[in-house]
Amino acid sequence: MEDLNFQHQVRARASGTRRSAVVGVVASGNLEVLVERALPDAQCVVDIRTAAMGFGEIWSAVIGDFVERYSPGGLKFSINDGGARPDTVSLRLAQAVRLIAEDGQ
Amino acid sequence: MNLIETTGSHHGLERDDEARRGAKAMTSWQNNRGARDARIAAGAGLAHGKVVQARDATRLLEAVIRPGDRVCLEGDNQKQADLLSRALLAVDLSRVNDLHMVQSGVVLPEHLDLFDRGVAKKLDYAYSGPQSARIARMLFGGKIELGAVHTYLELFARYFIDLTPHVALIAAVSADRDGNLYTGPNTEDTPTVVEATAFKDGVVIAQVNEIVEQVPRVDIPADRVHFIVKSDKPFFVEPLFTRDPAAITEGQILTAMLAIKGIYAHYGVQRLNHGIGFSTAAIELLLPTFAERLGLKGRIATHFALNPHPALIPAIESGWVRQIHSFGSEVGMDDYIRARSDVYFTGPDGSLRSNRAFCQTAGLYACDMFIGSTLQIDLAGNSSTVTTSRIAGFGGAPNMGADARGRRHPSEPWLKAGAEADPDSPAALRRGRKLVVQIGETFGDKNVPLFVERLDAIELAEKLKLELAPVMIYGDDVTHIVTEEGVANLLLCRTAQEREQAIRGVAGYTDVGRRRDRAMVAQLRERGVIRRPEDLGINPLDADRSLLAARSIKDLVRWSGGLYAPPSKFRNW
Repeated sequence: MEDLNFQHQVRARASGTRRSAVVGVVASGNLEVLVERALPDAQCVVDIRTAAMGFGEIWSAVIGDFVERYSPGGLKFSINDGGARPDTVSLRLAQAVRLIAEDGQ
Repeated sequence: MNLIETTGSHHGLERDDEARRGAKAMTSWQNNRGARDARIAAGAGLAHGKVVQARDATRLLEAVIRPGDRVCLEGDNQKQADLLSRALLAVDLSRVNDLHMVQSGVVLPEHLDLFDRGVAKKLDYAYSGPQSARIARMLFGGKIELGAVHTYLELFARYFIDLTPHVALIAAVSADRDGNLYTGPNTEDTPTVVEATAFKDGVVIAQVNEIVEQVPRVDIPADRVHFIVKSDKPFFVEPLFTRDPAAITEGQILTAMLAIKGIYAHYGVQRLNHGIGFSTAAIELLLPTFAERLGLKGRIATHFALNPHPALIPAIESGWVRQIHSFGSEVGMDDYIRARSDVYFTGPDGSLRSNRAFCQTAGLYACDMFIGSTLQIDLAGNSSTVTTSRIAGFGGAPNMGADARGRRHPSEPWLKAGAEADPDSPAALRRGRKLVVQIGETFGDKNVPLFVERLDAIELAEKLKLELAPVMIYGDDVTHIVTEEGVANLLLCRTAQEREQAIRGVAGYTDVGRRRDRAMVAQLRERGVIRRPEDLGINPLDADRSLLAARSIKDLVRWSGGLYAPPSKFRNW
């Protein structure tokens, strides 16, 4: 197992009012993302626990592009990764943002 | 004695006799026929008519085969002459040895055991899917003297020029007492192998599942078959083309959506061949849903050179597909094919007639697109399924995935691709281009990157001292690369540098992708060389499994009205 942590300053707060959401599952080649609206509006934190060692550089690139594209201000992401491919990670993060952008609990 | 000799004029007879005496003294022109007859005579002692008992199969082979012979042990993509391969493995090495195997598929363990035992020495082949790791070890260990790794058509062509078999060991479903053979839906390579062997003084031995009064249809006429061995068990057939829709990922669905909108629709591709990967299975399952909503029915994907892929059933049932010609068959599809003879090629008995050589030719000359997956793509677009530890061979991909330089008939996609590649030439003199599309996810199994700076095939060629690296599709034949990151249109690249950046630009987070020149990639995107999902109006979040027309094997069975009978390993209900 490897733990990674990324912190970004972001342009804008993520839309919606929902407090938290979960997408994906922990399985081989997949990942679970818990997203919580828990931070100041200009901050984004991504905590990763991954089964695949030595992919820190790729995670950094994937998370960097994601933050740039979606501006997920105020959101804390906790990722439980079963060795997912980078495109699956990008997709799950985007799905998490879409889900928490909904109104409601 | 033939009629002309017995009724010729007196004068003519004299001359003929003189000529014959002269020939005898100098040279004979029928040595091979004589040798063939001697082989058949040697085997005849074991036969009742043409029929030899299975327990005598090894003795038959010892009688008929000579050391150093070229032998085609039918080894197709799917169908295997397994009884005859076991029989050949058991021969007395003092009688049969150092054979030169010329067979398209090296598939069974016995195919390689022949080399371990010394029955065979040299190998010319095309495909070695399940044996790819072992064949690599044996090549490195010097156990096999390699002629070449061919494409199917290329090996078939050499059967008629310089690799003609002395003996062919083939597999059929049934035979009658005369030796007429029914090869059934998996006819595959048999007619080609028999043609080359029987008409050039070779011996043809067939294993059959049963001997019947009358075969359902004659696939191979009796006078081309010299011995028949009845097997206790039906010959082995591997289900190679069944992809379980349950295993298709969102990434593959997204990639499939990009291909449909960015390539199929853009060029209006009606005549095509699909590879066997999950990305193309996803495309097949998106035709009745995603593509139907785009209004593409009848405009794309109507005519195929393709095995009977179960994943195509929903598209067929929805009226998308007009015609399919097949290389082989697929386990479980027989009843469905029989019931859909408007779509498939079938015999008077109603069952599928496949033919690999004709279907490969069809894919090469009559299809406007090949789309398939690979294991490695380099910066020039060369692609290979060879890795340092696996030599899977090529099979059909290089024929499907190559521009046929002899093609002369126009079609919309062919002309359009040609114009994109060469906008300045006068249209009437401009060659069209076959669309050759490599599709895949940027990271494959176990997060192995699809894109590499240097193909493993080059290292392998160096280690084995091969003159040619085993490249599956050469870069200059590849026209498009599709990944989840977008579509790269290599036809629009004007320099090697543009080509490299177009490839890097869809290589995602692989090392190759992360080393892109961002400014140049942005420029290529503006020119439409690279098209992202948003450029094609596709939202990656819409790439959902609910888009698949079938989400399980059971769904496919339902679509087929119960006609598709999947093999047990695909049944999980």
